[in-house]
Amino acid sequence: MLLHSRSWIASKITGSPGTAAASDDVRGGAWFLSALAFVVIVVPVLNQGVPPTSPFHLSAYALTLIGKYMCYAMLALAVDLIWGYCGILSLGHAAFFSLGGYAMGMYLMRQIGTRGVYGDPILPDFMVFLNWKSLPWFWYGFNHFLFAVLMMVLVPGALALVFGWFAFRSRVTGVYFSIITQAMSYALMLAFFRNDMGFGGNNGFTDFKEILGFDLHSDRTRVVLLIVTALLLAASYLACRAIVASRAGRVMRAIRDAESRTRFLGYPVESFKLWVFVFSAVIAGIAGALFVPQIGVINPGEFAPINSIEVVIWVAVGGRGTLFGAAIGAVLVNYAKTYFTGALPEVWLYALGALFILVTLFLPKGVIGLLRTRENKK
Amino acid sequence: MTIRDKVLYLEKVTVSFDGFKALNELSLYVDPGELLCIIGPNGAGKTTMMDVVTGKTRPDSGTAWFGRDIDLLTLSEPQIAQVGIGRKFQKPTVFEQLTVFENLELALAGNRSFLRTLLAGMTASQHKRLDEVLEIIGLTEHRKSPGKILSHGQKQWLEIGMLLMQEPELLLVDEPVAGMTPQEIERTAQLLLSLAGDHSVVVVEHDMEFVRSIARRVTVLHEGRVLAEGDMDHVQNDPRVIEVDLGE
Repeated sequence: MLLHSRSWIASKITGSPGTAAASDDVRGGAWFLSALAFVVIVVPVLNQGVPPTSPFHLSAYALTLIGKYMCYAMLALAVDLIWGYCGILSLGHAAFFSLGGYAMGMYLMRQIGTRGVYGDPILPDFMVFLNWKSLPWFWYGFNHFLFAVLMMVLVPGALALVFGWFAFRSRVTGVYFSIITQAMSYALMLAFFRNDMGFGGNNGFTDFKEILGFDLHSDRTRVVLLIVTALLLAASYLACRAIVASRAGRVMRAIRDAESRTRFLGYPVESFKLWVFVFSAVIAGIAGALFVPQIGVINPGEFAPINSIEVVIWVAVGGRGTLFGAAIGAVLVNYAKTYFTGALPEVWLYALGALFILVTLFLPKGVIGLLRTRENKK
Repeated sequence: MTIRDKVLYLEKVTVSFDGFKALNELSLYVDPGELLCIIGPNGAGKTTMMDVVTGKTRPDSGTAWFGRDIDLLTLSEPQIAQVGIGRKFQKPTVFEQLTVFENLELALAGNRSFLRTLLAGMTASQHKRLDEVLEIIGLTEHRKSPGKILSHGQKQWLEIGMLLMQEPELLLVDEPVAGMTPQEIERTAQLLLSLAGDHSVVVVEHDMEFVRSIARRVTVLHEGRVLAEGDMDHVQNDPRVIEVDLGE
């Protein structure tokens, strides 16, 4: 009995006893978590402990950038979980990300209170501007942080549940699924652009003042937000890792490689896909919610179909089906984006396209795959 | 013998595709622990019969009972797999990216819901069962190899092993020796013979030599219905069977 429970724990950590890649993944994951721990320890010191005059001082701009990269890494994790392990190519994850972001934005808008341009204690500025007399019902409760947190999880999760239930039940797979997720994201973008939806139209939400009473413009709050983001990124990674290392994770890979065979083995394939899709949407929603207070704005542009496609590129560049590779891919590509959009703005989109083609042709397993083959050759 | 003694009982099953009757009032039964071979020319309805039993195809009319009280026509594919009918496909389909061990693990009988598999571990007896099956199918040394590196014959055996892990009462085996070397065919014959007794086994096969080496009872299908039945010598000398070319 003891032996059995020990091997059970061991299998939870290392994956199945018969997996060759398992130890690689554990090593890569440990490396990734160490990098996050490094961020959590070093960033506060460099920002708070080092005087602004020193060359080692980390600016507010850098803080925001690191925070943003980590939110994107979390989004990439979510996409890798369903695409890399379950074979579901979602091109609509920006929608879940944005919904989480909007839920956070609604809370932050209500925190502004009388400090808005129009000084209305209840109504956000854009509602006063549109001559609205009272708060729409779906804004109720967003003055409470916990309610807002609940919505950041529930709204993306519920959308994924309903959408996935219809799609998977009808056995919509492959490229057809990808197309309808794009359509979903696009439809939501158009809806959120409308002023009478009650989400601020094309301007979205901005001019946030504080979160839980802490000033969003102070470096101290930014550092705390960054630490929270790093911790939630680590937690999401560990949760995804636990899923893919479990038997359920092996069923997911079986679905990815031979769906009808898995069904014949007696696994309810649709239900597996739905669970994983919902979980993935929830992670994307949390990433979006963390993104908004650090960036300071959320608008319907976040729903843009191209955003969802970019996430897939990050995952492909990092290494599909490795989790930590996807997170690293998100950071690498976005760092390149930050650099190129500053230095050569007109080149960026071409560079992104070329990157995707090159990775597909020459690095089918991404940067992580490349590192692995080089290591195996030694 | 009465109906209740049968493992599988098909009665007057008809399946038509665009007017073509793939099965035409087919009636067929399988006894507990027997090894039944089904032969017949192309298009005789052998694969369609398996599709009906496993829930992949719904018949236009007729009944299909598994044991005494399970009406197969009311169950979905996964449910049919869970009540104890395992199927080996014509083309070997093992999970190429998963190891031999993992392939067998996924086939292990047990609760198949997402949450249960998320927390599932393997008990000592399940480990023992897995090791036994590895031994039976002769892949003990390959337990950590991914499915994709196995030879064609090994994949077929792995798939039979996966069926065994499900502890099915009834095994449906579709063309197990297609594309195998003579040695592999002999291994497979031994394997299938050793399984009969504990399980009922239905083998669909084109290779007459192979059928002769394992068959106890043979059923000949032709144009969607049973043409002849009996032991190999009996059916081979049946004038109606001689008339339809079995493709020997």
